[in-house]
Amino acid sequence: MLNKTIMAKFSEEKLRKVDEFISRYPEGKQKSAIIPVLHLAQDEFGGWLSAETMDYVATLLKLEPIEVYEVATFYSMFNLKPVGRYVFEVCQTGPCMVRGCDDIIDYIKKKLNIGVGETTPDGLFTLKTVECLGACGYAPMMQLGKYFREHLTPEKVDSIIEECRQTAATNN
Amino acid sequence: MARKLLLDKANVPGILGYEVYRREGGYASVEKALKTMTPDQVTEEVKKSGLRGRGGAGFPTGLKWSFLAKPEGVPRHLVCNADESEPGTFKDRYLMEFLPHLLVEGLIVSSYALGSKVTYIYIRGEYAWIPDILETAIAEAKANGWLGKNILGTGFDCEIYVHTGAGAYICGEETALLESLEGKRGNPRIKPPFPAVKGVWDRPTVVNNVETLAAIVPIMNIGGEEYAKIGVGKSTGTKLISACGNINKPGVYEIDMTISVEEFIYSDEYCGGIPNGKRLKACIPGGSSVPILPANLLLKTVKGEKRLMNYESLSDGGFPKGSMMGSGGFIVLDEDQCVVRNTLTLARFYRHESCGQCSPCREGTGWMEKILRNIETGKGKKSDIDLLWDIQRKIEGNTICPLGDAAAWPIAAAIRHFRDEFEWHVENPQECLVRNYGLAHYADPLEVATA
Repeated sequence: MLNKTIMAKFSEEKLRKVDEFISRYPEGKQKSAIIPVLHLAQDEFGGWLSAETMDYVATLLKLEPIEVYEVATFYSMFNLKPVGRYVFEVCQTGPCMVRGCDDIIDYIKKKLNIGVGETTPDGLFTLKTVECLGACGYAPMMQLGKYFREHLTPEKVDSIIEECRQTAATNN
Repeated sequence: MARKLLLDKANVPGILGYEVYRREGGYASVEKALKTMTPDQVTEEVKKSGLRGRGGAGFPTGLKWSFLAKPEGVPRHLVCNADESEPGTFKDRYLMEFLPHLLVEGLIVSSYALGSKVTYIYIRGEYAWIPDILETAIAEAKANGWLGKNILGTGFDCEIYVHTGAGAYICGEETALLESLEGKRGNPRIKPPFPAVKGVWDRPTVVNNVETLAAIVPIMNIGGEEYAKIGVGKSTGTKLISACGNINKPGVYEIDMTISVEEFIYSDEYCGGIPNGKRLKACIPGGSSVPILPANLLLKTVKGEKRLMNYESLSDGGFPKGSMMGSGGFIVLDEDQCVVRNTLTLARFYRHESCGQCSPCREGTGWMEKILRNIETGKGKKSDIDLLWDIQRKIEGNTICPLGDAAAWPIAAAIRHFRDEFEWHVENPQECLVRNYGLAHYADPLEVATA
């Protein structure tokens, strides 16, 4: 499931979205749409960017593939390797550390039996540590998909894991 | 109760939507500016207000606007810097999440002043749910005639687009942000040329922080002179402070810049004191890059005066005995916190975020993290402390952008004020793994400086 190669091709609807992104920038400056289009591609094609996906984005934006690789490798939100269906990105910078993020990271490691950067064998969960996400007052916290989960406690982590498992089971 | 100019309507039910925002007086500043003032008059008003950039550097906004080159036939752009990533800082997020129309309103007036017909909001990618909120507000503003072609029949056209980043602190630096907006890696540019002359796509560009642009609304509404009367000295108007760490009430507070640091930490109106009766050890008052201050230097300046929450007072004493207002990211550490460990997490942050363009920063941030990790885990040597000092000195001022300085300052300040704690780690390699150094003398009264 994780390593299945997904033929990178956007639906008509997503292609219209790509065109809409391009239209936001001046004529001939479609390169500016790289980051928004890479986000779209990562969401569509399995949560990470394969070389094939990046090449496809290059074709869409009429760029050299290297221009897309350069960008994809620079920004931390782009995954260049397959990840689990749910990626727990736990902040570990100063203000979160002060509020006990290390304990939360240890708890998740034990609970899921994986290390940082690893994915559970069922392909459901990946644990990542990240640097400041701008939720310092609501620490400890993590990003899960589009949203932040804040004021984390072991109990809260349990319920998030349960929630993910249930969503996965119903949407399979 | 301090006067609120930005957050006064934050708790009005439904303020997220256009109808309520408008009913509460929203978009009046657009009417005033576009119908009764020229773009230059708007800039003049902002100059009078004394507003200083709220992103961290504190540069006067009106002055920055007046530098914008206006060559014939070349489009100009305003770019809103919403790449808020400085550890301790989460105020812009609050504004965008709960008062999106305030930002949109500020953007329209500012775009008019600068002649920006296409304005961008560059928002950090991790704030992934916020673009929807902003785009809804933009669409509502457009549907009601505040954006698009010929706004209010004045002939001024303006569009606002949201552009997401993808995880890179460096893109909060304005030239890196412009590179990123052009679809490149976020490597800062050498200045000059400044963005005001050659910015995005080589066009004259102004980059301003979210809070700065939101503040344009009250400045228009009450007038620059009235705005300048709030606060003290060159710290005019109100400032958002995002408070976090060991305090009872973390969150975003709007202050006028006359209150003391002590009041901000201990009063129930703001942070509400430190939990569990713990004592204050130290504070990083303006985001992770600014110097950490021990309690005694934080609450009073070296002259023995009460330290206030404003640009001048926080920097009183310079780097040796003061700090900076920075972005307003206020991080409080209680007596149980370890300064070495805290400094290590910040060093790791800067190593992770260095773009790798300049050697002193690319290599130096990595070395500093490694040395600090050794000291923190009981493997350090006394000479490592001097080595750390030496490395940070060699980064500061030797890089294209201020990330190098931002990485060097927290380490310099930690060693300057807490050297004994670093030495204790080296001398007690076992004990430092199981307990913290504690409060030591950091809360004692200041030594009186003698000539």
